[in-house]
Amino acid sequence: MSDAAHAHDDHGHHAHPTGIMRWLTTTNHKDIGSMYLWFALIMLFAAGSMALLIRAELFQPGMQLTHPDFFNQLTTMHGLIMIFGVIMPAFSGFANWQVPLMLGAPDMAFPRMNNWAFWILPVAGLLLMSSFLLPGGAVAGGWTMYPPLFIQGGISYDLTILAVHIMGLSSIMGSINIITTILNMRAPGLTLMKMPLFVWTWLITAYLLIATMPVLAGAVTMLLTDRNFGTHFFNAAGGGDPVMFQHIFWFFAHPEVYILILPAFGIVSQIIPTFARKPLFGYASMVYATASIAILSFIVWAHHMFTVGMPAAAQLFFMFSTMLIAVPTGVKVFNWVATMWKGSMTFETPMLFAIAFVCLFTIGGFSGLVLAIAPVDIQLHDTYYVVAHFHYVLVSGALFSIFAGIYYWLPKWTGHMYDETLGKWHFWLSVIGMNIVFFPMHFLGLAGMPRRIPDYALQFTEFNQIATVGAFIFGFSQLIFLWVVLKAIRGGEKATSKVWEGAEGLEWTVPSPAPYHTFETAPVVK
Amino acid sequence: MRKTGTRLAAWATLLSASGAATADYAYNLQAPASQIARDVFQLHNWIMLVCLGIFIVVFGAMFYSLIKHRKSVGHKAAHFHENTTVEVIWTVIPFVILMGMAYPAARVVIDMKDTSNPDMTIKITGYQWKWGYDYLNEGVSFYSNLSTPREQIENTATKGEHYLLEVDEPMVVPVGKRVRLLITANDVLHAWWVPALGAKQDAIPGFIRDSWFTADKIGTYRGQCVELCGKDHGFMPIVVEVVSEEDYAKWVAKKKGAADVAATDNTRTFDTAELITRGQKVYEANCAACHQANGMGLPGAFPAISGSKVATGPVEAHIDIVLNGKPGTAMAAFGGQLSDADIAAVVTYQRNAWDNKVGDAAQPAQIAAARGGSEAAAPAAQ
Repeated sequence: MSDAAHAHDDHGHHAHPTGIMRWLTTTNHKDIGSMYLWFALIMLFAAGSMALLIRAELFQPGMQLTHPDFFNQLTTMHGLIMIFGVIMPAFSGFANWQVPLMLGAPDMAFPRMNNWAFWILPVAGLLLMSSFLLPGGAVAGGWTMYPPLFIQGGISYDLTILAVHIMGLSSIMGSINIITTILNMRAPGLTLMKMPLFVWTWLITAYLLIATMPVLAGAVTMLLTDRNFGTHFFNAAGGGDPVMFQHIFWFFAHPEVYILILPAFGIVSQIIPTFARKPLFGYASMVYATASIAILSFIVWAHHMFTVGMPAAAQLFFMFSTMLIAVPTGVKVFNWVATMWKGSMTFETPMLFAIAFVCLFTIGGFSGLVLAIAPVDIQLHDTYYVVAHFHYVLVSGALFSIFAGIYYWLPKWTGHMYDETLGKWHFWLSVIGMNIVFFPMHFLGLAGMPRRIPDYALQFTEFNQIATVGAFIFGFSQLIFLWVVLKAIRGGEKATSKVWEGAEGLEWTVPSPAPYHTFETAPVVK
Repeated sequence: MRKTGTRLAAWATLLSASGAATADYAYNLQAPASQIARDVFQLHNWIMLVCLGIFIVVFGAMFYSLIKHRKSVGHKAAHFHENTTVEVIWTVIPFVILMGMAYPAARVVIDMKDTSNPDMTIKITGYQWKWGYDYLNEGVSFYSNLSTPREQIENTATKGEHYLLEVDEPMVVPVGKRVRLLITANDVLHAWWVPALGAKQDAIPGFIRDSWFTADKIGTYRGQCVELCGKDHGFMPIVVEVVSEEDYAKWVAKKKGAADVAATDNTRTFDTAELITRGQKVYEANCAACHQANGMGLPGAFPAISGSKVATGPVEAHIDIVLNGKPGTAMAAFGGQLSDADIAAVVTYQRNAWDNKVGDAAQPAQIAAARGGSEAAAPAAQ
């Protein structure tokens, strides 16, 4: 990297700062991409430790390690940090690294805004994490922040609102940057319908972010004024309505669910063709399916609220619209399978994670379909079945795609091949551990165990114990991942510029590691 | 990959168990005890069966491909990558399958929402952290608290069979009667759920929502609050006793008798020792969850009562905060929940327990007087 910095000086610009200032002031998409990914990794370990503490408490009935209020703080913070501090920044990291490389662009469209979008994130992270130390502890009202409970909390609730605002701002700035880059900075000849699918999914995701983040900002601002300035948006005694918050929140949060999974679809759609040595099946239909999912995401929000007591007509509308999402999602799964069909497959770690993604994400999709059926949802709402469902989608979905993407592009980023044996260990322990944690939760939910409880009735003991054992296997296997990444940064077999035999696309035309500045002259795509 | 195959087979077995098993509650929904719960149970089995079928077909194809179309067995990659006919087929087929799920589901939705022509109506109110039941036809009202002793939760006593799913006063309904539930909340969101009866409804402060069930057979059905409602969300269970019509009539008569006794208490004058004994019970049921049995509260979240200014200052201010609560905090207004005698008792207890040695007592008459100056109406019956 220092060589690259000198090369930069030769162009007659100001000298690059070194040390911490280099990272604070950097406007380079690769630096910023790396920082996003490191931030996400640190937060993964923080929120993951909270999950392990939750699982340890739930290992047996009775209160052992935590107090009920602290338990609620753990579940709330685990959710908030995993969503806003891990999955979203990790995908932003991929976007920063890969979008310019895949488009043949020299950098992002607004490099300074890019720096700002990243650096406000650690501030939000610090606000959230430090609230554990405040009087009354961290926020404990659930990541969904439902009033009136959220109105009752202490100072950390205001800090959380502030943190959510900052993270929203960061996402909006990141999205403006990504959209502008994709629409204006593609290499000559790279038409929209020739873009890699990862770029397509991020383009659509960025639009979802810009559309929904302000809605969340509005919702939490109303919470803030209800808490501090005597307004009654969500207080029935003052003419407000607590359910209105849920409508506004889920109008944001359902598209948010797809913000957390569309880039994952993109990553997997890059990886499967590479290791099947066969072009992606149904490229155009993949683009249309992604767009349909994004559009449908705006008309399904109230399926998170089937138990608030909506009229039958509303329940039917949201049930039908939700079921429709299964169609484009199914198309995607079929296309991935058709891509593998009659390919010439090898099973390096990125491919293993991608295959696990297709399989396990589909289990999450099926449980989603079960939950879409309003009468069944009414039985299962707010039980462990829902916990199982969204962890299949977010852990074996979003997180596994992130692992797949890291293994896939790490040689390009570091210039070294990662340790394949350790990578396989990481994969198998993760995939087995993950299923041991989350599969039994389906049974717990069906049997009637509510979510977000620190203690439970005796008939739920066995499955909880199995889940806790799985959680520790899964959690500690992530240390292998950390080790693999550090090892690849420090050395290892030199990576070629193409890295993978079946890789296609502009990012594989630059050397590995990718130089500090790439595509200063735009390549031509035929 | 063989490993993955074996694991998949294991899942398939588990999935089919959850789809087809009817008796084993541990892998499927609880055994239904009402028509709605039965409809949901069957709907869920049907959808699981369809999902399992799709799963086997799609991933059967994928795993076949993973085994046969790999480079290590010398398979050469084909180059096809588009086929509009295929895309149309696998868009239309799922759509048709979905319609096969949507139709039966819609019928159950409409049934669930039809709360007309009930035989009786019960208003249910969620509180942090207990349930209140008002039988609108019979005029019976009571609160239902967790009855599992603290020692069991803190692991100093052996846990009972119905650990965390037992209450002091269960909701009692006659078998075979269509029961309409009017559900609301007093402070934050709660949700009332009894899985076997197939009734779940959020309890929303300021709004009343309805639900219904008709219990098929006599028995005890247990559920829990399922909407996060703060610290003791996990400790506010629901127990519904379904009894014969005669037993139900007897139960109503007994509850009415108890209400008369409670009403005379409100006009009596008690001696301090009597108030303290009664107050301790009221304190443990209503206050100890936040302020703790030792009166020390939880620093930062819930203030201590032992040594507090309120509990050692003028009795009027003390009565006022118990009656009317403290807006913007978790301190509820107990005026609507507790009788004059209970409030007098708990105030007296708090003023004379732990480090508090005020020595005075509050009498039910004082509470009644304080109510006169506030909007807190006394509950109809305790």
